[in-house]
Amino acid sequence: MELAAYWRTSKQRLSLQGEVCPHCAAKLFPPRDVCPKCSGPAKTPYQFSGKGNVYSFSTMYSAPEGFEQYTPYVVALIKLDEGPMITAQLTDVSKEDVYIGMPVEMVTRKMCADGDAGPIVYNYKFRPILQSIATPA
Amino acid sequence: MRDVSIIGIGQTPVGEHWDRSLRDLGAEAMLAAMENAHLERPEALYVGNMLSGQLSHQENLGALLADYAGLRGIEAVKVEASCASGAAAFRMGYMAVAGGMHDMVLVCGAEKMTDTLGERTTSALVAAADATYEGEQGVSFVALNALLMQRYMYEFGYKREDFGGFAINAHHNAVHNPYAMFPKEISAKAFARAKMIAEPVSLLDSSGIGDGAAAVVLAPTEFALRHGLPAVRVAGSAVATDAVAIHDRDDPLFLMAAYLSSQRAYAQAGVGPGSLDFFELHDAFTIMAALSLEACGFAERGQGVRLAMEDEISLSGKIPICTMGGLKARGHPVGATGMYQIVEATLQLLGIAGENQLPDCRVGMTQNIGGSGANIITHILERVTPLSGGIEWS
Repeated sequence: MELAAYWRTSKQRLSLQGEVCPHCAAKLFPPRDVCPKCSGPAKTPYQFSGKGNVYSFSTMYSAPEGFEQYTPYVVALIKLDEGPMITAQLTDVSKEDVYIGMPVEMVTRKMCADGDAGPIVYNYKFRPILQSIATPA
Repeated sequence: MRDVSIIGIGQTPVGEHWDRSLRDLGAEAMLAAMENAHLERPEALYVGNMLSGQLSHQENLGALLADYAGLRGIEAVKVEASCASGAAAFRMGYMAVAGGMHDMVLVCGAEKMTDTLGERTTSALVAAADATYEGEQGVSFVALNALLMQRYMYEFGYKREDFGGFAINAHHNAVHNPYAMFPKEISAKAFARAKMIAEPVSLLDSSGIGDGAAAVVLAPTEFALRHGLPAVRVAGSAVATDAVAIHDRDDPLFLMAAYLSSQRAYAQAGVGPGSLDFFELHDAFTIMAALSLEACGFAERGQGVRLAMEDEISLSGKIPICTMGGLKARGHPVGATGMYQIVEATLQLLGIAGENQLPDCRVGMTQNIGGSGANIITHILERVTPLSGGIEWS
């Protein structure tokens, strides 16, 4: 992908920064500056928690250019806790263990690379929410 | 506004035409339609195409096809609405004639998809989705449909085998279509065992990638009547849009743009789903056929698959679909598909669909879907002249 496009979307990609509509309070991801619910201007930044659950998923066996070496991999629609839905890959989980409704959280991972010399593209992926290990007293 | 009719049609076989280029496929269909309409020179050409820039390194396709069909000098542009480019071009032609800007318009859908390797073509097709927020996640267009199918099966309690009827019907109808890419029957067993592309979508849920071109000539209906030409009139023409990304839609399992455009077309034509003789829907994937039937009023939500399970979609069923093979078995040369649907509907309405001819066929609907549901174009077509009148169609 083009460096300028990567740079201008880095806050979204690396920390799930979206927007909130000041008129109807709808949370927006990706940020789009015009609220799709009430059509009003919506430019207030909003930080998403990165938590959600799986609305649907698919294991891909045939991939677009640049992703061939990763097959099979799992893609999903994630319903974020704050409302919006997001399309993302799942990671740190085997495809047999994925189910609709599975709680997941956002992590930053390598997505693909532009050859051996080109930049590495990082993006959000989602993994099952880790069971908390006993917290030290 | 003037009443508009189709007065000529032409098409090339859909297939892997390694010996043919985009420009000569387009020119062949255009010249066939002009000959069929006894037309020497249209005033304008609208070309429906999605991938020429990405796969043939060619834009400015309107001028190129006009030139290569011997029409240098006429008005010509390419119209793009991803997989719905064909119907989008047809609607531009319809508006030009209806609005009185032109009397004789040529519309051609043309696509060349098989010169490139599979991964390249797969990447190009993702451009029909949201390139940044779907495509950059490594999601293929097939996988987007798989996300819909998986959720549909979960919400309404179906197995993937329940969708087999759509593919079996399409292949059965393609057997007698000389222009179809896969004119052969498939069995329920073959469907059940088909290779997975993106679970639960298999190879036999998916339409075939192919090359092809289809074209029509549009003129005022009054012209066709005056010259005793067999004609099919455009009784309804409507477009509606939805969010490009599935994740941005309020209800991913309801094709809002199909609902809106079909309702507008029904109102224009003064018909409803119950009075249509057939429906050439956009079965790019079996799940799309089910969702289209629901959004256009042929089935309740979650019940579209039942029409296939209960054999209501065959040539003798309640609502025949894909009467010449559909996208599944005729093939899906994306930007040309909408024009193939319109050419096939014209064959049915003029009573020249051969072995697949529907009895008493008077009014039918075509629907072309761009993206996973973002841009949906519906046309209702109606026969206007007696079959015996005027010049013979070949």
